Amino acid sequence: MANNTPKITPEIVAEHGLSEREYEIILDRLGREPNINELGIFSVMWSEHCSYKSSRRHLAKFLTKGDRVIQGPGENAGVIDIDDGDAIIFKMESHNHPSYIEPYQGAATGVGGIMRDVFTMGARPIALMNALRFGEPTHWKTKQLVSGVVAGIGGYGNCVGVPTVGGETNFHKGYNGNILVNAMCVGLARADNVFYSAAKGVGNPIFYVGSKTGRDGIHGATMASAEFDDDSDEKRPTVQVGDPFTEKLLIEACLELMETDAIIAIQDMGAAGLTSSSIEMADKGGVGIELNLDDVPQREPNMTAYEMMLSESQERMLMVIQPGKENLAFEIFEKWELDVAQIGKTTDTGRLVLKHNRKKVCDIPIAPLADDAPNYDRPHVKPEPRPALDAKNIHETQDYNDALLRIMTSPNIASKRWIWEQYDRHVMTDTVDSSQSGGDAAIIRIHGSNKAVAVTTDCTPRYVEADPYEGGKQCVAETWRNLTCVGADPIAITDCLNFGNPERPEIMGQFVGAIEGMNEACRAFDYPVVSGNVSLYNETNGQAIPPTPAVGGVGLIPDLHKFATLQGAQEGDTLVLIGETTGWLGASIYLSEILSREDGAPPPVDLSAEKLNGDYVRKLIRNRRANAVHDLSDGGLAVAACEMAFASGKGMALSGPQGAARHGWFFGEDQARYLLAVEKNSVNPVVATAKAKGIPAQIVGKVGGDRIQGDGAFDVSLEKLRSANEAWLPNLMSGDAQNGDG
Amino acid sequence: MQTAVIRFPASNCDRDAAVALEKITGRKPLMVWHRETELPSGVQFVVMPGGFSYGDYLRCGAIASRSPIVQDIKNRSERGLAVAGFCNGFQILTEAGMLPGVLMRNKDLKFVCRPERLKVESNKSRFTSKFEAKSEVMFPVAHHDGNYFADKDTLNRIEKSGQVLFRYADNPNGSLNDIAGIVNQEGNVFGMMPHPERAVDVMHGGTDGLNFFKSILETI
Repeated sequence: MANNTPKITPEIVAEHGLSEREYEIILDRLGREPNINELGIFSVMWSEHCSYKSSRRHLAKFLTKGDRVIQGPGENAGVIDIDDGDAIIFKMESHNHPSYIEPYQGAATGVGGIMRDVFTMGARPIALMNALRFGEPTHWKTKQLVSGVVAGIGGYGNCVGVPTVGGETNFHKGYNGNILVNAMCVGLARADNVFYSAAKGVGNPIFYVGSKTGRDGIHGATMASAEFDDDSDEKRPTVQVGDPFTEKLLIEACLELMETDAIIAIQDMGAAGLTSSSIEMADKGGVGIELNLDDVPQREPNMTAYEMMLSESQERMLMVIQPGKENLAFEIFEKWELDVAQIGKTTDTGRLVLKHNRKKVCDIPIAPLADDAPNYDRPHVKPEPRPALDAKNIHETQDYNDALLRIMTSPNIASKRWIWEQYDRHVMTDTVDSSQSGGDAAIIRIHGSNKAVAVTTDCTPRYVEADPYEGGKQCVAETWRNLTCVGADPIAITDCLNFGNPERPEIMGQFVGAIEGMNEACRAFDYPVVSGNVSLYNETNGQAIPPTPAVGGVGLIPDLHKFATLQGAQEGDTLVLIGETTGWLGASIYLSEILSREDGAPPPVDLSAEKLNGDYVRKLIRNRRANAVHDLSDGGLAVAACEMAFASGKGMALSGPQGAARHGWFFGEDQARYLLAVEKNSVNPVVATAKAKGIPAQIVGKVGGDRIQGDGAFDVSLEKLRSANEAWLPNLMSGDAQNGDG
Repeated sequence: MQTAVIRFPASNCDRDAAVALEKITGRKPLMVWHRETELPSGVQFVVMPGGFSYGDYLRCGAIASRSPIVQDIKNRSERGLAVAGFCNGFQILTEAGMLPGVLMRNKDLKFVCRPERLKVESNKSRFTSKFEAKSEVMFPVAHHDGNYFADKDTLNRIEKSGQVLFRYADNPNGSLNDIAGIVNQEGNVFGMMPHPERAVDVMHGGTDGLNFFKSILETI
């Protein structure tokens, strides 16, 4: 074998992010020293990003099966059955590290990557969502990151022509040094035409299609598996550059080829590019792979084998083609003017063999690279539980008008119109509801049918920080509740687990606690995890982000004549509150925005109450008993009423406390609650049936007029609240004021 | 009534246009690939759909306007063929010289997507005959480069001859004279940045686009 490579020294091993112990295992498995190509391949495959070495054993606890699950975790994306032979394929993925270093390209390629995961499996992407977390609004870097990330997401999704229909955006100082960009894609396929990545057969041709391979993104996966320090900006060259035009052509070309029987297996080249795609395909199929790197389409001359294998150039796919169908594949890809080449074949050796310049430059067994990768049980400690706060001991504002205004203009509650107006929400013309209405979940019609999918992303990091287990439950419960609010049957979730350095026991404690809480909620709702990713090492100079397990939920609306949004509240409707209110102010928005406190236990999530209340609300929607529905979350009843008022263009008058302190009544964040606008004639049956089922239901106000009123506590014009709520983000983005220069 | 939708690489409203046309004509439009050199026979109305032809990496619509099929459409339009371009399609028509003016980057340099109120300037055209004159309609916009510009003489000419058919009520992109949609002097080639094909279904939040398509189809 060619040994054109430098001698492997301990320094080179360390530069590749491998521990001494890990290197010893490599020596053991190979029975010799690796060359530099092989070392590079081991290093990316065993990086946290590709191997999930700190998280695998914990992810294995998740509920992943269910009646509607066609494919759970382990493939490019999860697949669920939505009846009539239709399948929904979806996944959420992080692009945090690159987006901090180069916001536009980092975010753009995050969107591109998640779309590839979905169309690789045979689905046409039909919706995109984003869960974004930025640092404090006043931090010197925040504005630049917001505008870059938003432009990048829009620049990619708009061009490809997939609507970006919703998401969430938070600001908190905990993200000053590490922002989070989590992108979700939902695609539609035929259930009998789903494509998988397991290579099969011996001697079958391997095709490369899409953009040429360049020197961009080399070691991106390794970067995503390490902490940042003050010199992080120097990592810019490891960020890839997106080409949405080529992505659009790839989608059309792949979907066209998928209508034939030419594809045996297909895998996109994501993190660790050609290396991970070829190894995953070979490993899943139990075969070997031989590639001739001279045949790889290259953007630059004189690329080495090492560079080609580690490049993360975007918009590339690898596939195993049915022998005899090569010409058909060439014909379709050439029609779409894409680079295409046959670069190798499957073998029966179980080894990855690479040739370059007519020499063998790599020959390693595949099993240790994938299945046999390190799997660590990192030490973890449970965080000290925080005490539950009693509302009686929490200062009550003396100026509710001011408090309401401050909360409605606080960074996490203020309108995000400035962001979502930069996203095409309507292309494909099946968007029924999107960010535009401020609804709980986006609604996308299944093309040509009368059914729809509902999609939401949720996470309340301050709850998870206060109590990873309860917070983890809450993330899953909130997605379930949001899908319920639009009248959908929640089906399954994807997740994006963003945490700090797993080598620290307290971070690992957050991670393990959150997973266990999420899993309990999944099991209570029969609401499995079908895909997801883990992003660790979100730390700068030893400061970790708040634990952020973002959850993307998908549900089905079987009949588009029966759904709800925030928009339908009518003059004279009665406001009915479903669920119990104790006035929980621990870890609430009231506490952080009005009292500048971030303490206290988060609201507990009673999963059986969630299920009971939610199933009832969904039934009310299907029986057309509710004109508008909104869940109660950040900021509690007062915020929910304001948001419903904005969307419906009607004022709301709330009545006073029932069973809670006044500030807890209006701003408390007890879970499992919904606010419904109910027509006069339906109020009695709605309340009576709830009571008969043991579900708390209270009349809490009326729809009408042009003011937001709270039983003498607050009384503000709807227009004033709305314009202040709308103005916050545009003011931030256009203002010159920046605090400090960092 | 046979219609056609032209597909360029990275057109992305081609299906949306096809759905709208089928809904109104009851007949599937022909989907014509950009490399074709001639329209299929019998086509009476052509839509240049929205999207990001060639990624809009060069000036929007510039590369697509040089496609073989565009030359044929241009020749036929000079003999009266009805053509409409929405969004990127409008950009292609200006780049092909089939409509006056250009579409520049939006004034605030950002992509903008929102339902936009438009004023119907005139209903004395093949594309607006079904609207009430001076009525207001709602079509969504979604573009980065919709800022209509033309030199003073051209602007005066198109204003005088009544070629401005739609104006923004609340200009989203800096277009001169709030221009949203124009027709050529002969009245058979039309372009607009807003998307009438995204307003033909109650689920879209409005159906004002129906009258647009009904207008042109009635005259054929």
